[in-house]
Amino acid sequence: MKTAVVLLPGLNRDRDMIAALTTITGKVPATVWQTETALPDVDLVVVPGGFSFGDYLRAGAIAARSPVMRAVAEAAAKGVPVLGVCNGFQILCEAGLLPGALMRNAALRFVCREVKLEVTNARTRFSTAYEQGQIIRCPVAHHDGNYFADEATLKALQDHDRIVFRYADGTNPNGAINDIAGIVNAAGNVLGMMPHPENLIEPDHGGTDGRGIFESALGVSQSVAA
Amino acid sequence: MIKARIIVTLKTGVLDPQGKAIESALSNLGIEGVGQVRQGKVFDVTLEGDDAASAKTRLDAMCEQLLANTVIENYAVEIDHG
Repeated sequence: MKTAVVLLPGLNRDRDMIAALTTITGKVPATVWQTETALPDVDLVVVPGGFSFGDYLRAGAIAARSPVMRAVAEAAAKGVPVLGVCNGFQILCEAGLLPGALMRNAALRFVCREVKLEVTNARTRFSTAYEQGQIIRCPVAHHDGNYFADEATLKALQDHDRIVFRYADGTNPNGAINDIAGIVNAAGNVLGMMPHPENLIEPDHGGTDGRGIFESALGVSQSVAA
Repeated sequence: MIKARIIVTLKTGVLDPQGKAIESALSNLGIEGVGQVRQGKVFDVTLEGDDAASAKTRLDAMCEQLLANTVIENYAVEIDHG
């Protein structure tokens, strides 16, 4: 299976994402630079974390208007799975591929720690490797992870089961409304999440709880991937 | 040439932790009677041409497409500022 990682100036989690995808798929992902206008034919596109364009204007705002994101939007419209992590989530929201916005953390601090996530929908194409309601560990590292959406949007997310992950056990690190940590689009093929599953996929990371997202999206089993 | 000023502010009801931190700093300075502080952004833009209507259209487009995130922010456009 083939994957692609979007590269933008100022991202810093791209190498971690490339390493994770290489470990899980056995193949090095294609990389797509910000100025490119087409994506290779792949099974998963990932927009990784970091601080694209220095978070100028708003986190993800400039990146969301780059040529490569138009190509990502076209791929998403065709049903290609797209995963945005951290800054990638911010970029997908700014690009209009996901609803809502990610604002400055309520406590105004950069948070870099492990949180617990509840898998609130284990039936999306990104979460079938988990049990419904399973609590998983996942690291976070961000300054602007405070998810916000208006009431109508929140109701739509809730009613259509589009909230995939919530911060659990009082570990909400950023004030995100309704403890939202990750959501999918209406079609279910675009997932954005603030936590970093790519940093918890090998036993040497201290756990493998993050693997399930990639394994679900790519349809590989734990045994094959191990 | 047209000069314009765009003011972007957070919508009512959207939490502004930076505004809250500023409120507390003002209080620490001993400035009395400060109610609420809400932080926003100002963009000064110059545009080619002299047609205010055309400028307004372009300014609104830049606000809608980039300068404001209308999920959380409102914007106001002032033309011929200063």
